[in-house]
Amino acid sequence: MSNYRVQGATGEWEVVIGLEVHAQVTSNAKLFSGAATAFGAEPNTQVSLVDAAMPGMLPVPNMECIRQAVRTGMAIDAQINRWSRFDRKNYFYADLPQGYQISQLYHPLVGEGAIEISLDEKDPEGAVKRIGVERIHVEQDAGKLMHDQHPTRSYVDLNRSGVALMEIVSRPDMASPAEAGAYLRKLRAILRYVGSCDGNMEEGSMRADVNVSVRRPGDPLGTRTETKNVNSVRFVMAAIDYEVKRQIDVLEEGGTIVQETRLFDPDKGVTRSMRSKEDAHDYRYFPDPDLLPLELDEAFLAECRASLPELPDAKRHRYEGLGISPYAANVLTAEVEAARWFDALLETDAKPVAAANWVTSELFGALNRLGRSIDDSPVSPTQAAELLALVADGTLSGSLAKQVFEIMLETGDGAAKVVEDRGLKQTSDTGAIEAVIADVIAKNPKQYEQFKGGKEALFGFFVGQTMKAMGGKANPAVVNELLKKALA
Amino acid sequence: MTELADLTIAAIRDGVRDGAFTAREVAEAFNARVAEASALNAFLVATPDHALAAADAADAARAAGETLKPMAGVPIGMKDLFCTAGVRTTAASHILEDFTPTYESTVSQNLWNAGAGMLGKLNLDQFAMGSSNETSYFGNVISPWRRRDGGNAALAPGGSSGGSSSAVAARLCPGATGTDTGGSIRQPAAFTGISGIKPTYGRCSRWGTIAFASSLDQAGPMARTVRDCAIMLEAMAGFDAKDSTSLQLDVPAWEAGLSGDLRGKRVGIPKEYRVDGMPAEIEALWQQGIAWLRDAGAEIVEVSLPHTQYALPAYYIIAPAEASSNLARYDGVRYGLRDLPDGANLQQMYAATRAAGFGPEVKRRIMIGTYVLSAGFYDAYYTQAQKVRALIARDFERAWEQCDLLLAPTAPSAAFALGEKSADPIAMYLNDVFTVPSSLAGLPAMSVPGGLDAAGLPLGLQIIGKALDEQSVLNAGLAIEERAGFTARPERWW
Repeated sequence: MSNYRVQGATGEWEVVIGLEVHAQVTSNAKLFSGAATAFGAEPNTQVSLVDAAMPGMLPVPNMECIRQAVRTGMAIDAQINRWSRFDRKNYFYADLPQGYQISQLYHPLVGEGAIEISLDEKDPEGAVKRIGVERIHVEQDAGKLMHDQHPTRSYVDLNRSGVALMEIVSRPDMASPAEAGAYLRKLRAILRYVGSCDGNMEEGSMRADVNVSVRRPGDPLGTRTETKNVNSVRFVMAAIDYEVKRQIDVLEEGGTIVQETRLFDPDKGVTRSMRSKEDAHDYRYFPDPDLLPLELDEAFLAECRASLPELPDAKRHRYEGLGISPYAANVLTAEVEAARWFDALLETDAKPVAAANWVTSELFGALNRLGRSIDDSPVSPTQAAELLALVADGTLSGSLAKQVFEIMLETGDGAAKVVEDRGLKQTSDTGAIEAVIADVIAKNPKQYEQFKGGKEALFGFFVGQTMKAMGGKANPAVVNELLKKALA
Repeated sequence: MTELADLTIAAIRDGVRDGAFTAREVAEAFNARVAEASALNAFLVATPDHALAAADAADAARAAGETLKPMAGVPIGMKDLFCTAGVRTTAASHILEDFTPTYESTVSQNLWNAGAGMLGKLNLDQFAMGSSNETSYFGNVISPWRRRDGGNAALAPGGSSGGSSSAVAARLCPGATGTDTGGSIRQPAAFTGISGIKPTYGRCSRWGTIAFASSLDQAGPMARTVRDCAIMLEAMAGFDAKDSTSLQLDVPAWEAGLSGDLRGKRVGIPKEYRVDGMPAEIEALWQQGIAWLRDAGAEIVEVSLPHTQYALPAYYIIAPAEASSNLARYDGVRYGLRDLPDGANLQQMYAATRAAGFGPEVKRRIMIGTYVLSAGFYDAYYTQAQKVRALIARDFERAWEQCDLLLAPTAPSAAFALGEKSADPIAMYLNDVFTVPSSLAGLPAMSVPGGLDAAGLPLGLQIIGKALDEQSVLNAGLAIEERAGFTARPERWW
């Protein structure tokens, strides 16, 4: 994967990818105004005088947004700049009421950091690659224009105007669509663990500008294009795929790549030119004179650090230390909600390995089938612990446990109650089992003869018949042992 | 008996408190003055009911035996750069000609909270850009002063707070708000024989004041006496969480701290403020000011502010740069003027709206500001100007090692005739040569009247102080006021 090459008509090509991710900061209020930030509200209902850029209005930094960006920086082990500053990026557009976006060009809040990705996600303990993060800065989002509401007019919705974004700028360290996908998934997991962004790409809380160039192996960097505002991991990978093929085609036909901004069309899976460098805006960046430089003191940073949760990699390593397989640990830590659920389960007496196996197979399977998220799980960690304890002490066999779990999902009852009510307790009563075995043999003389005649595969038939006659409640080990004796 | 509308703020406050007259009588007297003075074009909107309501509240409070608020019963004029809820606020521009805010600026709200009432909104240079009040979309304000030469040349009241200076000098109001970006309180005060103080940057909230250049804009009072300025500034100032650059400090009791005794104070005379071509009368007044301050007990020292000559060019880069960005919001999309030619797209609508909505001086500054911020020129202009700004501030820091205050002329000339400089922007910008350095450094500075020139026009003296030391500035102003005995007032011709 790290040696990813694309075969063109004239030879092999290397791919160089950098991502600029815009992540909406989780906060009740906008970056510089007190207006609310809920998604899906009626147009222009979450707009303050500041967001509408009324005359004389002034921005005041929302320190919760700053705090979330600092915590994010700490989570990727980045340099936190105790002195940073806001700059204005000037351009005219109807979704930008001030005529400028308040951003940070010259002195970002967060400096150099890195994110580690697994080159094979099936083997998280295998090779990893560090993707550099150049900076994280905070800035205002713009409003939204709607061109399809009226034949001759465009409508403006300023609900998003002024919402806080983190712009997370990677180094051009990714060399394949898969690496870009892994980076995005890892970044999203970290943001969601930290709680600084909900990572919801469908609602636009996270979107990526994708910088792609190609080159012959060993050559200097080629000219890049930037595909704007791609809003899913799948689309990012598809946009890269398309751009790589397009650029190789252009170059192999003797053309040159134009440095330009492009748009991805998810329906057709293609990118299209939006504007070239020649049409690029002159943004006339300069320090925002309405705002003082942002100076963070030690107490603020200490609180940010202390409030950081255990992060995905650390959690995965901890799980592995409990004997859980790297694969299961990776599955359990991929989404913060699942990890939190599993941590709650670990706080009970549940045995880590059995618990991990049960969660990754039984619970995730059931949730998948029911179309529910783990936050919405019908079974709580405490209820799961009760079920696992019944398996551990031999009360329930594996197959009984599955039955009990199904009933728990339907009724919401606890495992012990289900076992009690339905009499699903496993039995090791040898007398009862021997009686059933004798009955099974008596009723199946033909199979008995065949078995005796050497068809040993029929042993499983007798196990099945015995278990069936016992209503699934017989301890399978005991059944095996007694059957061996009876058939000897 | 003196006419009520000739009284100072302090006299009105005391008279209302003591029952010598009612606040309503005062408001009515001033409302009448405003109504009769349309020839001065000082007021864009008269708000007699606002003044009467505040007056009635003061009278009712007195009748109820309550302690009166610090400015109870005092009607003032409000520069039309401060947003006033429900009252049209234009910045003297076409683009905001029909704009009525739903909100009240912090400074005006602070004044109403102190019991003041509003006589109306005062004319100004468009978006506070100008030194003569000739850039107003609603026509220039005319100074109440006239030269003794027998001619009737209409004189500039200074700018940008020209409506404020004209109205106070003509006794249409006892005090008015001003804003000062590079001298817009001090120069018009000097031109019209009144006092005005620009406090330390951050003393008065900028929230709700239409922005010109954010890092320089600062509100302040304009009135006829130093005491009145102290009273009004106390009401206007104060920390405001809605302005990130607001100073989180208590407001000192400046009026109570007034004293014309300057013993123990050292006053610096900056030698670089002696510029070529400065009228001899201004030089003479400066010398007179030095003598007055020495007489008040101050020690006089000569100091050097070596980078003074670079202040004006730096200012005319920084202020337009900020303005070009601050004025981008007037785009015809959400409020204000919209000029939408048939078939125009968004960019064409912007161009048409802004071409029609802004006057020539505003456009000139937007273009200068856009140019100095553009790629390739940013370092040569904006970055360089910021370095100069830092050097100017350092000049003052070094001067404070030798002195507590600085004394200089406010403006390099007396009031000029309307039209005299409007064709030459550079000559107009030179009016700010003495006021701009302290603006760039964010320092408190005040103009007080010192005397009249040979043509009978007022000349002002400027006192610059250390950051946050408005008290010393006011005290030195008081020492000059006590000795200058400036009682001249324009003869009524309007």
